[in-house]
Amino acid sequence: MRQFILIAALVFLPSVTPAYGKTSHYEAVVAEPFLELHTGPGRGFPVFHVVDKGEQIDVVKRRTDWFQVRTAKGVEGWVKLEQMAGTLDTAGRPTALDDPTADDYVGRRWEVGLQLGDLDGASVISLYGGYHFTRNLSTELRVGDISGDYSSGWIATADIVHQPFPEWRVSPYAALGTGVIHIEPAATLVQTEDRTDQVGHVGLGLRMYVTRRFMFRGEYNSYLTFTSRDDNEELDEWKAGFAFFF
Amino acid sequence: MESGLRVLLLTGLVAATTGCSLFGRDEPPMEDAGASAPVISPEVERREITTPKIDTEDFEITAYLGQISVEDFGSNFIYGARVGYHVSESLFLEGTYAMSGDVDRSSVEVLDNIDLLGDDRDYSYYDLAVGWNLLPGEVFIGRNRAFNSALYVIGGAGNTSFAGEDLFTLTFGAGYRVLATDSIALRFDVRNHMFDNDVTGEDKTTHNIEFNLGVSWFF
Repeated sequence: MRQFILIAALVFLPSVTPAYGKTSHYEAVVAEPFLELHTGPGRGFPVFHVVDKGEQIDVVKRRTDWFQVRTAKGVEGWVKLEQMAGTLDTAGRPTALDDPTADDYVGRRWEVGLQLGDLDGASVISLYGGYHFTRNLSTELRVGDISGDYSSGWIATADIVHQPFPEWRVSPYAALGTGVIHIEPAATLVQTEDRTDQVGHVGLGLRMYVTRRFMFRGEYNSYLTFTSRDDNEELDEWKAGFAFFF
Repeated sequence: MESGLRVLLLTGLVAATTGCSLFGRDEPPMEDAGASAPVISPEVERREITTPKIDTEDFEITAYLGQISVEDFGSNFIYGARVGYHVSESLFLEGTYAMSGDVDRSSVEVLDNIDLLGDDRDYSYYDLAVGWNLLPGEVFIGRNRAFNSALYVIGGAGNTSFAGEDLFTLTFGAGYRVLATDSIALRFDVRNHMFDNDVTGEDKTTHNIEFNLGVSWFF
């Protein structure tokens, strides 16, 4: 029941937030010879209407690289980002649009990503969020869900990440972190105790800027688990995935 | 070089440069000669570039109901929610959480009147997936109505909680999305959830097919 409430909250929460931008749309003036209106926000949707130079349009909303606009006559359609960039605002200035580029990538502040991989024979799904203090230095919180044949669990670490060449398209980085690992043996095995231990790790990885807000990321981590038993345990992890920045 | 000489040279250099600029400033500007008012106003208004506030709708949230066939354990009602982010017109990322109540009894359990799972009959999963709008288009209903649509393929990985275990799960499938309005869509999805499992006594890869119907909202 509690989970049902959680799902319901997840679905209906955004609908109670105030409706923003509903009343005051951005107004633009067509500056190129004409502006093409497509029937949908994507490739292949046909052009069904053309707005002439000098006419005013209301920009209703944006979806990825497409803008829904309404003409003075009330015709609604979708305009591509490249064409939208050729319009002016009502004061005659060019329309400034948020169009992330490689420069924005280098100067990014926040980064969120998802990775899949192998942690000493077990599968691991890992989610992380990072904040960049400078172009070289960032901090990350990482959470991983581990599932293996004989055990499952989770791992959470806080890291400091250093990227010596942030402007490279394929750029290496090094990470150093500490956290907690929790392991539960599989239920079909003879019952043994769950374990929660502290871990420390070092890692090396590569980031590759793909396009827009998107990057690819792969890394290797070497974990040292500080157990209460006689030996500390070493774990190797390989993982790769996608991330985006904002 | 001796420090005394260096100081001398530096002093000379500073004197020469400041002297030049001083002389430059003293010279009357050529344009001012004879003109009572400047022809061009030198004041340039500073141009401030601000990105206009345009409502972006790149997120999609979905609630759905469906049926899942849990291998060996019958067809079961399932419900869940998805949160998606549209990176481009083609690519989107989506996280899903869904749960089913207690799964049906397997044929082995029915025939032999045994209970393989005990209290661990409930089934739930989460996954994180990447989708691709493979065939975007429009559907026509009647003569005057057109709705935007997309057939997409999707694949990802996650975790299934079943039989008291957390099972690493690969999921892939396809779906169809029809936008009823600019912000509300109807979705039909087919997914295969694959995981290794030894509940029935043998280690095997199980295929768990799910069909579901959902309503989504872009915001």
